[in-house]
Amino acid sequence: MSLSKIKFDKKIVLSFWIILIALIIAAPTLLPVFRLNLLGRYLSLSIVALGVDLIWGYTGLLSLGQGIFFALGGYCAAMYLQITSSSEFPNNIPEFFALYGVEKLPFFWEPFRSPVFTFFAIWIIPALVAGLIGFLVFRNRIKGVYFSILTQASLLVFFNFFNGQQKLINGTNGLKTDVTQLFGQMVGSESMQRIFFWITAILVIAAWFFAKWVVKGRFGNILIGIRDDEPRVRFTGYNPVIFKTIIFSIAGGLAGISGALYTVQSGIVSPQFMTVPFSIEMVIWVAVGGRGTLLGAILGAVFINYAKSLVSEALPASWMFIQGGLFILVVTALPEGVLGWIQGDGPRNLLQRFGLKRKIETYPSLEVNNKEGNNE
Amino acid sequence: MELLLDSLFNGVAIGSVLLVAALGLAIVFGLMGVINLAHGELMMLGAYTTYVTQLIFKLPILKPFYNSYIIVSIFLAFIVSGVVGILLEKTIIRKLYGSPLETLLATWGVSLILQQFVRSVPLAYGTGLVISLLIGLLLPTTFPSKIKESINFKYFKFSSWIFAALTGVLTGSVISSSVSKLSRASARNVDVTAPSWMRGQVEIIGTAFPKTRLMIIVITLISVIAITLFLNQSAWGMRIRAVTQNRQMSDCLGISTEKVDIITFGIGSGLAGVAGVAVSLLGSVGPNVGGNYIVGCFMVVVLGGVGNLLGTVLASFGIGIMTDLIGAGRLLSIWPDMPLSLSNIINFFATTSMARVMIFALIVIFLQFKPTGLFPQKGRMVEN
Repeated sequence: MSLSKIKFDKKIVLSFWIILIALIIAAPTLLPVFRLNLLGRYLSLSIVALGVDLIWGYTGLLSLGQGIFFALGGYCAAMYLQITSSSEFPNNIPEFFALYGVEKLPFFWEPFRSPVFTFFAIWIIPALVAGLIGFLVFRNRIKGVYFSILTQASLLVFFNFFNGQQKLINGTNGLKTDVTQLFGQMVGSESMQRIFFWITAILVIAAWFFAKWVVKGRFGNILIGIRDDEPRVRFTGYNPVIFKTIIFSIAGGLAGISGALYTVQSGIVSPQFMTVPFSIEMVIWVAVGGRGTLLGAILGAVFINYAKSLVSEALPASWMFIQGGLFILVVTALPEGVLGWIQGDGPRNLLQRFGLKRKIETYPSLEVNNKEGNNE
Repeated sequence: MELLLDSLFNGVAIGSVLLVAALGLAIVFGLMGVINLAHGELMMLGAYTTYVTQLIFKLPILKPFYNSYIIVSIFLAFIVSGVVGILLEKTIIRKLYGSPLETLLATWGVSLILQQFVRSVPLAYGTGLVISLLIGLLLPTTFPSKIKESINFKYFKFSSWIFAALTGVLTGSVISSSVSKLSRASARNVDVTAPSWMRGQVEIIGTAFPKTRLMIIVITLISVIAITLFLNQSAWGMRIRAVTQNRQMSDCLGISTEKVDIITFGIGSGLAGVAGVAVSLLGSVGPNVGGNYIVGCFMVVVLGGVGNLLGTVLASFGIGIMTDLIGAGRLLSIWPDMPLSLSNIINFFATTSMARVMIFALIVIFLQFKPTGLFPQKGRMVEN
């Protein structure tokens, strides 16, 4: 887009990165613990927003079920933390099992004793589940609105399952992580939270680079092709099913990582992560930030959540109105999102409207062609 | 036999609520390719309409007619939800024509606003607002054509909106001063009590059926018949079917697709209101009441396909009966001596929430064989 076309000086880019890294290192000392923790949580949410941007902004698949993968990642992390800190409880199993009279650890908990397994499970299990759901849906050329409501239904299914199974996964109470131990330290402690903040910040940047790499080149072009005209992609000889499944499971994996980071920083994972509103909120972060712009997804997630916490602290009832209005406004008036608006013709049009800048008169087709060529 | 009948009846009762709610959704989806995420909230509005009607009928003037309030509330719910739906179509959905995913998000925003509206605005003034909307939308259409064509029509329109607003404020304050329960905003759930003739049970072939459920089935039956007649016999029904089949062609042949969209959306939303009346008879009414049913409705639309009302009917009753069979573990009582491993599985799924898990799995399996639902729309397009 026009902004990215401007060649930034290498020195400017370098100094930008230095400032960013300095801010990340300094943030724990600058911010109070409460705000730092909130910022860390919102940064981890921006990873799931990146995934939503990949599937919605680039591929045109509106998933209303990203909460599934988010929560699965969170549960993987929480199960590991619970099981490693359960040595003082009866039967060496997490405390809550005693409430329901369970004496033997359910079989699927066993592998989570291993930190290596957990490390991989956090992103592989959500990616596999996403791949499976995606494949079953895409295989039948179910798309558009159908896809959205099927993902929403599967979200509800997972919610019902996790909510109802007290004896397996503590049901509606969820799994607490803040009083568990990791490497001899309490997860909820201040020093651990600071480390988690740094890990989150690094992973957000890594995820951003990863997403940029994914959408670059031919793979990204096919994704955009699927978004704009799927039959044409199919007729050109590509199989959209494979590409859609891959990108959907990538988004699932990102959601899993995000969920795990969010869980350790908020201190609990519960079926509330799989409620319908939360998953739709993820979409609005991307929509406001600017879909198809990866940076927009990150900024949108952080800023909207920050605004949400500020507004909810001041006027609890009005947030629903604001959020509802935001959905309507961004879809009708600002379909490209804030960043897309800035990168596109938005500022110029605004200046023209107030007569501050002269209209550029070109042949209409030239402008159209320019627009098509800026997907890089 | 008795058990089977009982199960069948319960299934049909669950299915009929789904059916009324999904009917509107399916018609609108078939016509415009739009899924209305605020459909559940339109149901909620219908349920609240029933509650308000009930309280108003408790006033001394209307007390003698109290027993018939439920009948009146069906019509009122249809109108209230229909008007809100029409407003939604006119202001938002029309702007987003051709981008169904964006519509999905916008309607979600509407549903959030409606939920919070019910929580933070007193129901009396909410009623007033609906009345003013109704007058403002309908009054200009009743003017004689001489005024409509005149250049000053917009002033007439404007003054009718002012009149509507005044009427709305007036009714709102009258209601809030006469019914104290409606004058305060509250986020709490409210209860609709059925009139005395609807309480109790009826015995048919040795089995007792609750009257409220029978009433719901009757409401469903009437709505389905009315919609079928409307779609197949009336001129506007024919236009709706034509636009559903081929929008561009119908437009070329002189059908006003704009009007068709408004009418269909109004009827679909109105049906959601009727479903809301049914829902209010089943349990307490709260701002989130629609959310419990809405995903079921989506499943009906996905399963039934959009080409045919019969698909919607079959899908809702199928889902209803399956929910009851699995959720109440009735398979076990129908077939008591099944192998232990199988009965363990059935016991595992024998709760309402786990039944949903099972049914969703079944629907996904079904879609592997028939991806476009029971009765797909036939066409030669690459995509529909």
